[in-house]
Amino acid sequence: MPVNRYLTSMYTTELSKQPNVQPIGPAEDPERLAAFEARVAADEFIEPKDWMPEAYRRTLTRQISQHAHSEIVGMLPEGNWITRAPSLRRKAILLAKVQDEAGHGLYLYCAAETLGTSREEMIEALHSGKAKYSTIFNYPTLTWADIPAIGWLVDGAAIMNQVPLQRTSYGPYARAMVRVCKEESFHQRQGYEAMTSLANGTPEQKQMAQDAFNRWWWPSLMMFGPPDENSPNTAQSLRWRIKRETNDELRQKFVDITVPQAEFLGLTVPDPDLQWNEAKGGYDFGEIDWDEFYAVVRGEGPVARERITARREAWESNAWVREAAAAHEAKRRAKVAA
Amino acid sequence: MSDWPLWEVFVRSKGGLAHRHFGSVHAPDAEIALRHARDTYTRRMEGVSLWVVRSSDIVASDPDDAGQLFEPAADKVYRHPTFYEIPDEVKHI
Repeated sequence: MPVNRYLTSMYTTELSKQPNVQPIGPAEDPERLAAFEARVAADEFIEPKDWMPEAYRRTLTRQISQHAHSEIVGMLPEGNWITRAPSLRRKAILLAKVQDEAGHGLYLYCAAETLGTSREEMIEALHSGKAKYSTIFNYPTLTWADIPAIGWLVDGAAIMNQVPLQRTSYGPYARAMVRVCKEESFHQRQGYEAMTSLANGTPEQKQMAQDAFNRWWWPSLMMFGPPDENSPNTAQSLRWRIKRETNDELRQKFVDITVPQAEFLGLTVPDPDLQWNEAKGGYDFGEIDWDEFYAVVRGEGPVARERITARREAWESNAWVREAAAAHEAKRRAKVAA
Repeated sequence: MSDWPLWEVFVRSKGGLAHRHFGSVHAPDAEIALRHARDTYTRRMEGVSLWVVRSSDIVASDPDDAGQLFEPAADKVYRHPTFYEIPDEVKHI
């Protein structure tokens, strides 16, 4: 099996400043490469033991592990509010949602491991800051209204990204996505429901809802990654059916379905340039602040340091649980051997 | 500490159906593998029974052998009932 390198310059939604076409390299056997390309073009799924080009393995390892990291780090902004949820009902829901995020991370780590990178290497890359995760989780959750906003917008954007990935060409990733999408729908709906409560509540509550919406709208649009003209790996990923739609196509879809949902709540989209475009059958919207996006990608998000510190602390302070389980197994094995 | 061994998880979604592969978990032993499998793969009544098997104990065919293993069946259509022509007026066959 070819050796895997863990490349870290990219982002779940394919952020890279690398040259356009990934070097497939003369090292790849042209006959096998042609057979592989034909299989992918015929919408067949590639499975772990199948031959695949090194660049395909690398791209997928990076994308799936970063997706996994995003699920894991994604627990932090919401976990922040579990103890302060406004009712037992909301608390039970939030607990279940955060537990789901952990589960999604685990499905994805498993899928990434089938490509030959160990779990340990991936966790280490996250904790050392080498690996990236979605920029959205480096924004703080300031009020309770951020929890509904995240469910509705962030999980909504995630669904938009993940639905096409159910048909991604790598079998284990596609199967993980099927499970994730099934569960993600609950996440978005509970968010929208909680947002409805706030929007229909007191003027203060409605103001909270609008404030959270204002802060999460643009970062949610950034979740789809850089515009297509600056997303150099999109072409290769589309060709290999790792990706099924471009960043801008998905972003447009998200805007088109989310704006009417905001209107229903009586919330104002924080974009003066937002306008229905009859000719294209979709909304035109304002320029995204890409400088902010790239700054967050570089690790300058408002709570980037806090997130990774929290991850590391959780990992280190729970080391005794892992050690105890390993010691228990060693003792049991020794007993059997005796 | 390096990773715990990997276990493949199989779930019987309801009585009468076969266990189906769902994914995998890391665990130091079978008991913890079962617990992790339960937490990871059956949070929404997905199953009534779980199997966990050490991944290293599974022997799989090589994808490169797929041709010689499975292609011989392709030219034996006479193994399928639809290969045989039965006149329309003959019933229940």
